[in-house]
Amino acid sequence: MNNLKALTKKQLFLPIFSMILVMLVNVLFDIADGNNAFDFFSVSMKGGVLYGRIVDILNRGSEVAILALGMTLVVSCSAGTDISVGSVMSLAGGVCCVIIAGFGVTSVSTAAELAHPIWMGIACGIGAAILAGIFNGFLVAYMKIQPMVATLILWSAARALALLICNNMIVYVRMDEFKVFGSFLGPIPTPILIAAVCIAVLALVLKFTALGTYIQSVGINKRSSRIAGFNSAQIILMCYTICGLFAGIAGIVNTSRIYSADTNNIGLTMEMDAILAVALGGNSLGGGKFNLAGSIIGAYTIQAITTTLLARGVSTAQAPVFKAVIIILIVVIQAPPVKAYFKRRSAAKAAAKEAV
Amino acid sequence: MKKILSVLLALTMVLALAACGGSSAPAATQAPAAPAATEAAAPAATEAAAPAEDSKIVVGFAQVGHESDWRTANTKNYQDVFSAENGYDLVFVDCDNDNAVQIEAVRTSIQQGVDYIILAPIQSAGWESVLQEAKDAGIPVIVADRQVDADPSMYDAFLGTDTSVEGKLAGDWLAEYLNGAEANILVIEGSVGSSAAIGRTNGFNAVAAEHPEWTILDSQSGDFTQTGGQEVMESFIKSYNGKFNVVVCQNDNEAYGAMDAMDAAGITYGVDGDVIIISYDATHDGLKYTLEGKINCNVECNPIQAAYVEKIIQQMEAGEEFATYTLVEDQAFVAPGIESAYATTMTQEVLDGRAY
Repeated sequence: MNNLKALTKKQLFLPIFSMILVMLVNVLFDIADGNNAFDFFSVSMKGGVLYGRIVDILNRGSEVAILALGMTLVVSCSAGTDISVGSVMSLAGGVCCVIIAGFGVTSVSTAAELAHPIWMGIACGIGAAILAGIFNGFLVAYMKIQPMVATLILWSAARALALLICNNMIVYVRMDEFKVFGSFLGPIPTPILIAAVCIAVLALVLKFTALGTYIQSVGINKRSSRIAGFNSAQIILMCYTICGLFAGIAGIVNTSRIYSADTNNIGLTMEMDAILAVALGGNSLGGGKFNLAGSIIGAYTIQAITTTLLARGVSTAQAPVFKAVIIILIVVIQAPPVKAYFKRRSAAKAAAKEAV
Repeated sequence: MKKILSVLLALTMVLALAACGGSSAPAATQAPAAPAATEAAAPAATEAAAPAEDSKIVVGFAQVGHESDWRTANTKNYQDVFSAENGYDLVFVDCDNDNAVQIEAVRTSIQQGVDYIILAPIQSAGWESVLQEAKDAGIPVIVADRQVDADPSMYDAFLGTDTSVEGKLAGDWLAEYLNGAEANILVIEGSVGSSAAIGRTNGFNAVAAEHPEWTILDSQSGDFTQTGGQEVMESFIKSYNGKFNVVVCQNDNEAYGAMDAMDAAGITYGVDGDVIIISYDATHDGLKYTLEGKINCNVECNPIQAAYVEKIIQQMEAGEEFATYTLVEDQAFVAPGIESAYATTMTQEVLDGRAY
C-alpha cells in the first residue's frame, strides 16, 4: 500500500498511467468483439519484420517523439514554444531531395541519375534545419522577440521556401539507400531506432553534463542565472539550435517514409503534436523544470490515441472529437487543482481512519 | 564566434529573400498575356486584345492557377484549342488561386469587350455582381471545371467533371471485373469534406448498394497524402488481415502509401496479387503503376475540356442551340491483361501519349 502511494507521487506516474489507460481501452473493445483480449499488444514477425499495433505506435510516433525532445528544451529555457518545427521538417525534406535529385527533376530511381550522393542530401537537409534553429534562437535570445512570434516567421516561411526549392512539385528519390531511413533496418522499423538514438544521446548529454541544470535555471529566472554567471542568451540559442537539429532529423525520417519531398504535407500541424507531447508529459509550458521522459511518453500517447481510433474504425469525421475528449481528460487529471483535490481527500481519509 | 554567427544569419536571410523574389517570376512567365489584376499590367493586356482582327473571336479565360500537373495540362489544352490558327484570340489570365485577382480579371475582360468569357472559378461564392455586369454588357459567360453558387440564368453554360461519376465508374468497373464474386472492400478516403472525396465516395457507394455480395469493411481518411494512405493501410491490415480483397484509394498518392504498407506486410496486390487496387487521378506515375499491373484500375479526372467549350462557342456563334450543362467524360485505365467495357487497357503508347 505504501509502495503504491510512493509510486503515485512520482512525477511520471500520471503520464504513464494515461498512456496505459489509452491502450487498455483496446483490451475492452477486443473482448467485446470476441477477439483475443490482448490482440492490440501482440507483436509477431511477418515477412521478416516486426508486426503489430505496438510496433506501429512506436514507429509512427517516432517523428513526434524526436520533435518533443527539442521542444522540451525550448519550452524549458524560454517559456515559449517553437511552432516552426513542422515547417522546418518540410524544409529539411525538400532540401534533402532536391540536393539528391537536382533542381527541377521530379524523380530519380537509379544511382546514375543522382545529382549528389544521398548522404550529402541528408546532411544538407539537416544543415538547413539547424540554420533555421539558429535563426529562431537568434531572434528569441538576442532580439528578445516572443518565442511564438519569432518562430511564426519560419512557421510560414520554411514551408514556402521548401515549395520553392522543390519547384512546387513532389520530388521522388526512389532509392533503397534512401528508403531505409523510413522503412526497416533488419526486422526493426528504422524510425524507432533513430528515435531511440536521439533519445539516448540527449539523455546522456543531460545526465553527464550540467546542460540540463543550466537550461532549467535560465527557464526559471533568466536574469538571476545571468548574474550567477550563465550566458543565458547563448543557452537559449543552443536550445533552439538543438530543436532545429531534431526537426531536421524528423523531417528526413518523414521524407524517407514516402521517399519523396511532399513539401505541402510533411510535418503539417506536427508542431502542435510536439507541444502537446510536452504538455501531456506533465511539463509546464511556463518553462523551468522539465522531464524529458514525460515528453517522450506524451509523444507516444498521442500516437497511441491515433492508432487506437484507427484500430477501432472510428470514422475519420468523428476522430478529432474523440481525440479531443481523451486529451482533455489526460490534461485535467494532471491539472494542479485536481491533484490537490485528491491529495486533500486522501489526507481527510487518513485523518478519519486515525480518529476511529 | 558571434561574428561568424551573425554573418551566417545575414546570409540565410539574404538567401531567403532572394528565393522569395524569384517566386513571382515563374508565375509571370506562365501567364504572358495575364493582366494579373494590377493596374500596371492591365493596359498591356488591353493593347494585346485591341489589335485583334475582326475575324478572330476574342475569348477571355480566367484560369484558377497552376497548382498541379492536372491544372497545367488543363491550361495547355485551352491554349492549344483556342489558338490563333483556329481563329481565336485567347486572353489568358493565370489567377494563381487568388479570388480577388480572378474577379478583377473577369471585370477587365468585360471592359475590354471580349466576345466570350470562360471562367474556371476559384471559389464558388461571390460571383453574382460580376456575372450581372457581364450580362449587362451582353458577353456570354461559360463556367468551366468548378461550379458557381449563382442562379443558372446568370451564366450561359456550365461544363465540368462530376466526381461522383468517377466513383460510379470505378464501381461499375469492379462489378464487371468481379463478375458476381464476393468483394470485401477497404476504402482510403480523401480529405474529409473535400468535394472530390465526397463525390467519389457517393458514386462508388451507390454502385456498392446494388451489390449485396459486396461489403465495405471500413472507410478511413488518408488526407490525399502518401503518409496518410500508408498509416491507414497499416492499421487496416491489422484489423482485417486476410479478410479483404479490394482496396479503393481516392487518389494516387494514397495508393502509393497503401502499396508500401502491403509490401511491408507481405501482401500481394495488383493483377497477379490477392488484392485489387482501385485508384483515382490517373497521374503519370499512377498510370505507370497501372501499366506495371500494380494498380488494377485508375480513374481519371479529365483535364482535356477545351474542345467542349469550343463547341459551345461555335454553336453560340452560329446561333444554334447549345448544351447549358455539359459533363466532361472521365475515363478509366486498367492494367494490361484486363479487358473492360468501361476502361482503356494501358499500354506504353497510352502512357506516352498522355498530356500530363
